[in-house]
Amino acid sequence: MSVRRTRHVATRVLTQLRRDPRTIMMLLAMPVVLIVLLRYVFEDARATFDAIAPMLVGLFPFTMMFVVTSITMLRERTSGTLERLMAMPIAKADLLLGYGLAFALVAVVQGLLAGAVVLGPLGVDVAGPTWLLLMFAVGNGVLGSSLGLLASAFARTEFQAVQFMPVFVLPQMLLCGLFVPREQMNDVLHAISTLLPLTWSFDALQHVAAGDDLATGEIQRDLVIVFGGAIALLVLGAATLRRRSD
Amino acid sequence: MSDAAVVTVRDLVVRRGGANVLRGIDCELRAGHVTGLLGPSGCGKSTLMRSIVGVQRVESGSVTVLGEPGGSAAIRHRVGYSTQSPSAYDDLSIIENLRYFAAMLDVDRRRVAAVLERVDLVEQATRVVGSLSGGQRSRVSLAIALLADPAVLVLDEPTVGLDPELREQLWDTFRTLASDGATLLVSSHVMDEAARCDRLLLMLDGVLVDVTTPDAMRETWGSDDLDKCFLRLVRARRGGAPA
Repeated sequence: MSVRRTRHVATRVLTQLRRDPRTIMMLLAMPVVLIVLLRYVFEDARATFDAIAPMLVGLFPFTMMFVVTSITMLRERTSGTLERLMAMPIAKADLLLGYGLAFALVAVVQGLLAGAVVLGPLGVDVAGPTWLLLMFAVGNGVLGSSLGLLASAFARTEFQAVQFMPVFVLPQMLLCGLFVPREQMNDVLHAISTLLPLTWSFDALQHVAAGDDLATGEIQRDLVIVFGGAIALLVLGAATLRRRSD
Repeated sequence: MSDAAVVTVRDLVVRRGGANVLRGIDCELRAGHVTGLLGPSGCGKSTLMRSIVGVQRVESGSVTVLGEPGGSAAIRHRVGYSTQSPSAYDDLSIIENLRYFAAMLDVDRRRVAAVLERVDLVEQATRVVGSLSGGQRSRVSLAIALLADPAVLVLDEPTVGLDPELREQLWDTFRTLASDGATLLVSSHVMDEAARCDRLLLMLDGVLVDVTTPDAMRETWGSDDLDKCFLRLVRARRGGAPA
């Protein structure tokens, strides 16, 4: 492993992203646009919007980062550049960490923007510390990236990669507690949701919104699960990245 | 030294999709030689090349490169490889691509200018690869393979889609590299490129049917036209079926 190579991979991924203004717009503007849209959907139910807005700031990065990362990595696989890199002295970890780093940076900017809009012009109150909300937004972005890197191993085309979103992302969204509190789920669904990483970051976001801070045991636990989960997924991703392929 | 085998392949078998793509390949490559790997498309040329650089999963047999198992970490910076379809990042410029791969190879940045000159892309250096012509892309791909000044250079159809002048130029480059002591393996399905090689590996349906030289080939098959020679060989091997 080499810090220098990891840095070069991250710089390269960000340069590629910079060349693609539409993707940047999608990544940075879409969460803000969607949240503002919801604000007006819940025009007559401000309390509901105030309750879910901080959750959305935390959850959007997960979805967006999943899609962008899985497709970028798939391109690396199909364009022959991955094969080329695998014949070079680079370690697989250099490549995956480089990707993780680049998209974590994007997640930071994305979280800051969405957070600023929600807490600023939209006037939503978050009882807990703002930085903790942003930290989980970034954690979710990294989690989405790691999951996307792993998912890209199972897709042969970009078309398939996009279709993995309903497979990898939607079930986590449905079961995390956003739509129905987990306590009301039947035993099977409850057990499944316990295994999904997004459940725990949603749990943390709820605690932050309710005014808990880092001293709270549940938040510490959630923090470990979210970032630990992201690292575990990266390791799994590394296992699917074969130097020798068929 | 130039007589020692730099690359040794022994009884190499590769299975893909349930079929044996390579069915027991034995060959050696020597320093200072340009070895041509020739055969019809689909005969296993790319698979053999991928095996030598260590990105192909192999069923059995061995590949030794510079005294180490093919693809092992110790030799990866000494083996240059260019994939069959040009591989570079389309949304980066030529120079950005080269600088990136130079960093991956731990190669001094000054090498970037040297390889740009070698493949004649100095003027286009700041252009984005996606906007280049097919021939220019192949040259970018080749430039990346040349970055580390490798002792072993494996080039999968490097001259496809290039105009004659450029092809001539690249073959001059290959010759220069070989006379500087590098070991080159260049695949092609165009027989007129075979004439430029020191040695020829002729491949058909996953086996090496002959290891020869252009002159010996002309003599054996009784024609000055290497294309004709190869067709005769194919017919003889496949038992008279039209090739």
